[in-house]
Amino acid sequence: MGLSKIWVYAEADGDKPATSTLELLTKARELGDTVECVFVGANADALAGALGEHGATRVHAIDNGDVLAGVVGAGALAKLIESEPPDLVLFAQTYDGRDALGRLSVKIDRPALTNGTDLKVDGDAVTVGTAIFGGNTLVDTRFTGEKPFLAAIRPKSFAAEPGGGAAAEVVAVDGVDTGRAAEAKVLERHVEEREGPKLEEAPVVVSGGRGIGSAEAYEPLVDELAKLLNGASGASRAIVDAGWVPYAKQVGQTGKTVKPKVYLALGISGATQHLVGMKGSDNIIAINKDGEAPIFSVADLGVVGDVHKVVPKLIEALKAHG
Amino acid sequence: MNIAVCVKQIPDPATPGELDDATKTLKREGKLILDESDSYGVEMALQLADKAGGGDVTLISMAPNNEVSGLRTALAMGAAKAVLVSDDALQGSDSLSTAKVLAKAVERVGDIDLVLTATESTDGYTGTVPEQVAELLGWPSLTFAKHIEIADGTVKIDRQTEAGYDVVEASLPAVASVTAGVVEPRYPSFKGIMAAKNKPVDEVKVADLGLSADQVGWAGAHQEISDVRAAPAREAGEKIEDEGDAHEKIVAFLEQLKVI
Repeated sequence: MGLSKIWVYAEADGDKPATSTLELLTKARELGDTVECVFVGANADALAGALGEHGATRVHAIDNGDVLAGVVGAGALAKLIESEPPDLVLFAQTYDGRDALGRLSVKIDRPALTNGTDLKVDGDAVTVGTAIFGGNTLVDTRFTGEKPFLAAIRPKSFAAEPGGGAAAEVVAVDGVDTGRAAEAKVLERHVEEREGPKLEEAPVVVSGGRGIGSAEAYEPLVDELAKLLNGASGASRAIVDAGWVPYAKQVGQTGKTVKPKVYLALGISGATQHLVGMKGSDNIIAINKDGEAPIFSVADLGVVGDVHKVVPKLIEALKAHG
Repeated sequence: MNIAVCVKQIPDPATPGELDDATKTLKREGKLILDESDSYGVEMALQLADKAGGGDVTLISMAPNNEVSGLRTALAMGAAKAVLVSDDALQGSDSLSTAKVLAKAVERVGDIDLVLTATESTDGYTGTVPEQVAELLGWPSLTFAKHIEIADGTVKIDRQTEAGYDVVEASLPAVASVTAGVVEPRYPSFKGIMAAKNKPVDEVKVADLGLSADQVGWAGAHQEISDVRAAPAREAGEKIEDEGDAHEKIVAFLEQLKVI
């Protein structure tokens, strides 16, 4: 058996736990005797049922009000670690997860292993697996210092499965001092309307790259095709860097990992940066003018052709298909 | 308005990366270039300093072998000067050690109002250094900025979130991480390139920053690479040339997968 206590830094998606949190809990349950969550937000009670069902026995909760969540999270974790340190704290590689992990690693002077896609425990040894060079090479890194160990795991690395536990007990954390860091206040929250599923959870993902030619082509080609397939639209780093679409749409090493049933790459050459984020998809369809593009090395169906010719016809055919 | 921009000099991402046999870390010998991710922070800093009516933009970099090629690119864009931390003791540094070095370098420059960084580097991409630098300095951090405004001693950003974006504000001094694509980095002019050759680069060692060798590099990383192996390869499937009917093949494939 593995570790005696593992904490998961829990995040919410509305009134439910984020899928990435449930993935971490499922893995933590397998590796540790006791699994607990630390959660920053106002609605811990609403999450307690699902967190418990996925393995957490307790939720240490703190309401951050309008302070940036990760700042309060790091403060709460550091305070809790003083009195009851776990062996391992797991974070999802998300915006708030990275904020909390970065600050905590400084507060307790421990290294942070990030971008994990695998996690192994052998006795007291904890190893984080990462995929580099476009996912062609796997590297295991082992903590050699003192516990607690801190690791961030990329969403979609593990499957989320309920284990049938009872609702987690919610315990309030208070007296957290975060100093000047707490001056970062959220003034407004903007929720962008999204049609269809989230990028990381969509059964079909349609991504665009340089080959679509311009920012203006994204909506009629990529978004339209994603909509027709009840999927989500994504992007290569190249067009995010060019400012055509926001960072949130980026699939790849410095973006999101997706593992849909079908991934359609439109005008994407397939740099290693991109491949690592999508080659775990069940089926890959690629359309690219350059027959030598690396994307074809991972495609189940590769079309050497112009996206501006193939995609409009595909859209028409799908509309006719009904 | 004095701004420090943390910039990384990395092996050209267009060439395949390679691991050092002995250390199992990324080979970072030879010429390094400015990480493209950092060009947005440099551009943002130049624009913010300009809007504020003046002040210096100082580059902070940690690199092996006193590498300055990437720094010269950012100096040519318009940054005033640079601090370069280069020391054999830094080999094997993890994100926390790197942040310790960068934070100390910011303090060495002194009188900084804002530190800008990318959200992660292209080669190492641990993605925690901005927050670590902020915590070490004891400053607020505004991460994943899509837009930055400075006014009356405060910094306000649009912060990327899973759902959309949040408007987040903090008083200065502060650290902000900038997402890619939010500004268009300028190309260095010929005049800029010539001027960059004479701009000051303050080359320092770990000891100059008041850090000891066991706080950085392999000694400070508290981790070891226990295994490196090839990932199972994914087999390529069918590849066809579009003769005007490729969309039919795609429809058939989607039908077969029961997606439509």
